[in-house]
Amino acid sequence: MQVTVIDYKAGNLTSVLKALRYLGADPVVTDSNVDVLTRAERVVLPGVGHFAATRRLDDAGLTAAIRAAIRRGVPFLGICVGMQWLYAGSMEAPGQPGLGHFAERCARFPERGEKVPHVGWNSLEMNGSSRLLAGVRTGEYVYFTHSYKAPVTGDTCAKTHYIEPFAAAVEQGNVMGVQFHPEKSGEMGLKILRNFLEWAC
Amino acid sequence: MLTKRIIACLDVHAGRVVKGVQFVDLVDAGDPAALAARHAREGADEIVLLDITATHEGRQTLLETVQRTARELFVPFTVGGGIRSAAEAAQVFEAGADKISINSAALANPELITAIGSSFGAQAVVVAIDARRDVNAADPVHDTQVFVQGGRKCTGRRAVEWAREAEDRGAGEILLTSMDADGTRAGFDCELTAAVSEAVNIPVIASGGAGTVAHFADVFSRGKADAALAASIFHFGVSSARSLKEELRATGVSVRLPC
Repeated sequence: MQVTVIDYKAGNLTSVLKALRYLGADPVVTDSNVDVLTRAERVVLPGVGHFAATRRLDDAGLTAAIRAAIRRGVPFLGICVGMQWLYAGSMEAPGQPGLGHFAERCARFPERGEKVPHVGWNSLEMNGSSRLLAGVRTGEYVYFTHSYKAPVTGDTCAKTHYIEPFAAAVEQGNVMGVQFHPEKSGEMGLKILRNFLEWAC
Repeated sequence: MLTKRIIACLDVHAGRVVKGVQFVDLVDAGDPAALAARHAREGADEIVLLDITATHEGRQTLLETVQRTARELFVPFTVGGGIRSAAEAAQVFEAGADKISINSAALANPELITAIGSSFGAQAVVVAIDARRDVNAADPVHDTQVFVQGGRKCTGRRAVEWAREAEDRGAGEILLTSMDADGTRAGFDCELTAAVSEAVNIPVIASGGAGTVAHFADVFSRGKADAALAASIFHFGVSSARSLKEELRATGVSVRLPC
């Protein structure tokens, strides 16, 4: 299974690549090669770090290439900041637009006496049907580490509660995002990545 | 609901897991990769590997150990011990760590926290604090002193104040070890843990003193810890993360049970 992993220099790709290889995939990493994206069969946009780092996607011409791949029906998975990038933008870097595939914006958790960032294992609550989360049930735990989050909307396929409900996973056609880290979420995370890799275009 | 994390700690010396009491008297406890896999399978939420020798010659051994341990580990994996620069941190991340833990180097050069965080994200930087109470101080909890070099040298810094500075400089988590409690299995230092946890807005991992299930319940409630770390109660087979978590859940602590 071929999968293209986008490197936009926001954190460490090792864990994502390791999990994809463990599942039998053959990841190809690109940080600028738009040609690689025109032939991509699946695209993963990982990301830990700051939303401002997604500017590199625009500068390297990757935003347009990803948009074209999505239009061709290529399955796309954004992880953490990679999911947030699917939205119009984030209050973390108000001047930096996201892809705008989903119209909403990401915002910081409100300060209500709880710690921000949200770090650790929290449970999923299924919110409608999802191919990405096939076989995942409400109450399963996954690992999060983030301070910004997307709102719950009709495209949210799983939500999580920390201070308030937020979108843990989003899915619309071939476009998917997870706020948690499937590569760090044990067997449950591997199941979700396997669902993505087995996605028939 | 966000669960309380149980973190299995592997103290590693020359590629083997060891356990000592109050930082001395080391006993061999097994292979790091095998133990990490076992802990993850049994429900540990995270694995921390601390290279307790961290000599210059040992760096390559450590990187090989990290690589081997990370290979089939799919829960968060933190590595610490002797990381002195952003370049050394980068090598450890490349070997498969998700987070690095820095201690003496952060005290000697606090800008290191910011430097690693700006390349790898704040979530990847754990600042470890080894603390010992000063029994003669007016306020033994708030005046708890920070030590370095495996507990041999007092820095003159106070733990609460240093934790706050580490957060300001971009640390993602604090790993707080009570040297008074470490290895005793007599319980965590809940007063100190609560003082640090209340002073910062980032997660605090309590370490040192775990011996019974009640100790964990206590450090999560009274100690206000977000996570608790333990080594000896796991790897000598006294208990498993699963049985620990089942008992904690029965007492009302929110934990993740493995499937």
